[in-house]
Amino acid sequence: MSVEVASLEKNTKVSVKQPDSPWRAALRRFTRNRLALMGLIILIFMFLICFIGPLFSPYVLNDYDLEVKNLAPNAAHWLGTDKLGRDILLRMMLAGRISLTVGLIATGISVVIGATLGALAGYYRKGVDTFIMRTADIFMSLPGLPILIILGAILSDLKVDASDRIYFLMLIIGVLGWTGLARLVRGQILTLREMEFMQATDALGLRDRRKIFRHLMPNVIPIIIVSATLGVAGAILYESALSYLGIGVVPPIPSWGNMISAANNMIDFRKRPWLWIPPGLCILITVTAINLIGDGLRDALDPKMKNR
Amino acid sequence: MKQYIIRRLLQLIPTMIGISIIVFAISALVPGDFITAKNSPTMTLEKAEQLREIYGLDKPVVQRYFTWIGNMITGNMGDSLQHKQPVTKVVNNYVWNSFVIAFFSLLLSWLIAVFAGVFSAKFQYSLFDKLVTLFIFLCMSLPSFFIGLLFILIFSINMGIFPVGGMTTAGLGAVGWEHIKDVAYHMFLPTVVLTMLSTGSLTRYFRTGMLEVIRQDYIRTARAKGLKERTVIFKHALRNALLPAITLLGFELPALFSGAIILEKVFIWPGVGQVYLESISVRDYPFMLGFTIFLAVLTLLGNLLSDVLYGVADPRIRLK
Repeated sequence: MSVEVASLEKNTKVSVKQPDSPWRAALRRFTRNRLALMGLIILIFMFLICFIGPLFSPYVLNDYDLEVKNLAPNAAHWLGTDKLGRDILLRMMLAGRISLTVGLIATGISVVIGATLGALAGYYRKGVDTFIMRTADIFMSLPGLPILIILGAILSDLKVDASDRIYFLMLIIGVLGWTGLARLVRGQILTLREMEFMQATDALGLRDRRKIFRHLMPNVIPIIIVSATLGVAGAILYESALSYLGIGVVPPIPSWGNMISAANNMIDFRKRPWLWIPPGLCILITVTAINLIGDGLRDALDPKMKNR
Repeated sequence: MKQYIIRRLLQLIPTMIGISIIVFAISALVPGDFITAKNSPTMTLEKAEQLREIYGLDKPVVQRYFTWIGNMITGNMGDSLQHKQPVTKVVNNYVWNSFVIAFFSLLLSWLIAVFAGVFSAKFQYSLFDKLVTLFIFLCMSLPSFFIGLLFILIFSINMGIFPVGGMTTAGLGAVGWEHIKDVAYHMFLPTVVLTMLSTGSLTRYFRTGMLEVIRQDYIRTARAKGLKERTVIFKHALRNALLPAITLLGFELPALFSGAIILEKVFIWPGVGQVYLESISVRDYPFMLGFTIFLAVLTLLGNLLSDVLYGVADPRIRLK
């Protein structure tokens, strides 16, 4: 009880001062959340290692050197080498680039589709709404992973080039993931469009496009940010699962998931854990960090959840 | 209520049609078919054509869709090309293996989640709460296959406590109680991993629900009456915190029967998920399509069930 009283007093003191802008207040709430900050630091660190780290590596990607194959971690190769004598640390950093990029862009695709369709459904209601939300229902009821696996198998059958495949993968994961955000955005827009500022835009005679993208969308940006952050975590997990099954990102391009598929070989699995444990930990750490950030953002951006 | 359920069931029809078209279209995109995927060296072009005719693979896509959907409506999912048995029978053969794991991990994860959620809400900001929160996030971020592999390496290969995979010890041929013990021994690790995967978000759910409830006035009243803290938390608060969770049970429905595709592969568990994965790689269309539709139907029914349960559990919600 006493804690609550104390926090109330603190709040009243704060409000006497110059009120913060909503974004600044959100930033303050976010930085007070220690777990979320930790996540952010870890994620930044991960990005730095993956994108800048390879520049300092004395090795080159796909540089086969059979004389140093299957080495355990040592001074020259910090995480050892694989059966072709490639440096695992370098491969892992480059794999991180791929996995992070796939996660980010796939989520970007989901967000663009989800936010746009959600806004259209919420703004136009009636037929448009029914059509879009019915489609969303259909997509939501599709079993996600199985469909991704089938589509991945199709990519393998079509013999898509390994580097083009990454783009298809982003597209597939992105297109299948738009429904959740669309629902959230639609719900918000439905209430927002009845508010007074929208009457003002009516009075000004603005065009629909301007009303939706300039006046309604900015109000749903907090939801979009939170949902997108958590979406990146999900997309990275999907990509890694597909790559592990050999139908996501395929060799010679490394990704964390396909590096783990080294464990499918019994000898590598038992005797050479340095081949597959480090990339697995990378996935775990990165996804945890992103989830922590997403949760912190939700608390920071949604004032209703402040007390949790 | 009855009217509501009937209307919802009718609404499922267009959704099902949409799903069936998408699923069929995707599978029709696959170049190559069961015959080419078999990749048999003795297969001549003529023989392949003959086989395609027998399996009906030579017909145009649209015609194949209508044949298939017509059969589906009458409950005939066709014969699995790979198992040479009706799809429904193959599903029935394997789905229970998946169900056992899913069922126990459901029980375990609800049990753990309720306790962890309640205590971390009760002692909010305590060390226990912080540890639980971190654990929740780790569980929500686990790549299932990696954690499965890691557990096999640690517990089965290095420590030798658990079997490496499979469902029974090869050549043991145990029956009765011995068989059950053998299976339990094999299912321990996969069940633990599956439980970890679902416990995270559940715990979070209970923690949030509990935090909301214990701030309410009636809880203060209960304490003021001088009730024991245990009675307040577990009898008065938990009941209301559990209420919205009933809807989650509906969403768990598909997971009980869908099989954990990736985990079953990792643990070589003979469940329906692994059979499904295999059916995709050998292009066993009838099974692949039939089971995908089966999963979609379960998802839809699960959603409906959770809405209905919500109405039953909370009299403030009126279903129209």
